[in-house]
Amino acid sequence: MHAFTLSRPTDISAAIVAHAQNAQLAFIAGGTDLIGLMKDRVTLPDHLLDINRLPDMAQIEALSDGGLRIGALARMSDVAANPDVRSRFPVIAESLLFAASGQLRNMATIGGNIMQRTRCAYFRDEDDLPCNKRRPGSGCSARYGLNRNHAIFGWSDECVATHPSDLAVALSALDANVLVRGPGGQRSIPFTEFHLLPGNTAERDNVLKRGDLILAIEVPARSEGRASHYFKLRDRQSYEFALVSAAVAVAADRRRIGVVRIAMGGVAHKPWRLTATESALRGAPLDDTGALKAAIAASFAEAHPLAHNAFKIELAQRVVLRALETAGARI
Amino acid sequence: MSILRFWAATVRLYKNMITTHAEQTQSDVRRETSITVNGSLRTLRVEPRTTLLDALRDELALTGPKKSCDRGECGACTVHIEGRRILSCMTLAAMHDGQRITTIEGLESNDSLHPLQEMFIEHDGFQCGFCTSGQIMSAVAMIEEAKAGWPSAATTDVTKPFTMNDLSKAEIRERMSGNLCRCPCYPNIVAAVAQVAGRR
Repeated sequence: MHAFTLSRPTDISAAIVAHAQNAQLAFIAGGTDLIGLMKDRVTLPDHLLDINRLPDMAQIEALSDGGLRIGALARMSDVAANPDVRSRFPVIAESLLFAASGQLRNMATIGGNIMQRTRCAYFRDEDDLPCNKRRPGSGCSARYGLNRNHAIFGWSDECVATHPSDLAVALSALDANVLVRGPGGQRSIPFTEFHLLPGNTAERDNVLKRGDLILAIEVPARSEGRASHYFKLRDRQSYEFALVSAAVAVAADRRRIGVVRIAMGGVAHKPWRLTATESALRGAPLDDTGALKAAIAASFAEAHPLAHNAFKIELAQRVVLRALETAGARI
Repeated sequence: MSILRFWAATVRLYKNMITTHAEQTQSDVRRETSITVNGSLRTLRVEPRTTLLDALRDELALTGPKKSCDRGECGACTVHIEGRRILSCMTLAAMHDGQRITTIEGLESNDSLHPLQEMFIEHDGFQCGFCTSGQIMSAVAMIEEAKAGWPSAATTDVTKPFTMNDLSKAEIRERMSGNLCRCPCYPNIVAAVAQVAGRR
C-alpha cells in the first residue's frame, strides 16, 4: 500500500471538521472495502481517520414504536444476530447473512456497508483501465466490454455498474433513513434518495458531501416488516456478490395483498425499487401465481439489457416472485 | 495492439514502482502500538499502512496466519481479535492498539493441541496445509458463534432462536465458506468441525 498517516480521534465534531477541511482524508471503520481499494490503487488517501473510537455509534436499539436505530459502527454480524432485528425485520438479518463471510461480517460496519464501491472488475482493475467512476472522463470499459454482471435499469453510457450491497436493498425496500451529521448539523436522508444513478457523474455513488459522517440507520416501524424476506442468487452458493437479489415485505388481508415493498439488487447503480409492481400488486390474491407474475412484469418494461446480461430480465422476475412467495408465507 | 498494451502495462509497472519508492521514503510515521498476542503484551512500531497480518508475520515472526490472496477473499489469514474471527490482511495493525489477538500459535495449551487441531489430524482435514491455520481459527470462533445462537444464511428461519441442534453439516459449510481450500479437503474439514461441535 501507499504511505499515509492515521488518526484515531474520540470526538465526533473533530472528525467531521477534519474530513470537511481535507479532501485527501478518508474515514475508515471496518476497512474491508477501503483497504482493498487502496491495495488496488483505486483510491489513495493521504490520511485515514479511524472512526472506531467515536462514542455511541455501535448500538442497535429496538425502539418502543417497533422501529430500529442501528448505529453506523454496529458490525454486520451483531446486527444479523440481534433478536429484535430478526423478529421485526427478517429481511435485514437475511440480507446481512447472505453477504460476505463470517470473518468479514465481524469486521464490516453498517455505515461502511452502504458506502461500498461497485465490484465492477474494470473499476477495480490494477491496470487502471478506462473507468469514469475511477477517473472521470476516461470512459466506461464495461459499456461495450464484459457486462454480464452489470445493470439492466437506470444505467448511462458513462457507467453501467451495479451497487454491491445486499443490506442497502433491504433498507431501500423498508424506506429506512440515513442519519448523517455534517459541518452544518444533523439531517436524515430517505434511503431511496441516498444512492445516485450514474448519469454523467459516475464518480459519485451517493449524496454525501465532504464532512458528512453517517451516525445511524433508522428503520421506521413497519407492520409488514415481519413478513419480509431477502432472496439472493449468485454464481456460487456462498461468499459471493449478488447476480440478482430481491428484498420484499408484504402485508395481506384474507390473502389479498395490502402494503407491499420490493427492491432489487444487482440490477442498477442503486437499490432498484419496483414501484410499478408495488402498485399493481395491491389487492392481488397472494396465492395466484399468474397475477403475481403479471404484476412483477409491470416493472420490467423499462429494463434495458446490455450485450451480456439480457438473461437478468427473466431471472430477476423469478427472483422477485420467489422472494414475494417466501415473505407471504411469513404472514 | 497487444504489443502496445504490453508496453503500456510495462510503463505503468515501472511508474508504480517509482511512486511506491518515493512514497516509502517520503515519511517515517511509525506508530507505537501495543497488542496482547497469545497472552503476551507486545509493543510494536509500525507504519499506519502495515496490515495486522504483516505485523504478526514480519514483526512478531508469527507465521501461522498465512498471506495468500491479501484481499479478504480466501480466509488463510484468519485470527481472533477479542475472541472474534477476522481477516488480518484487511485491517491495519495500528487500529488495534490495546486489543487482544489470538493466532494459531496461541491455540494449544500446556503442550496439548486444541480439540480442533486434533480432529483436523484425525479426519485428514488438510493436504498442503496452507489454508489450515485459517480454517482452524475460523472454526474455533464459528462454534462459539453458533453456541451464542447466531443464525446463518443456511438457517431455515432466522426469526426463530438458533440452537446447537440446528448446526447441520449444511450450516457448517455455509459458516465456513469464508475459508477456501484448493486441495480441496472440504468434506474432511466439515467432519472435523462437526465432531468438535458435538454434531456427528
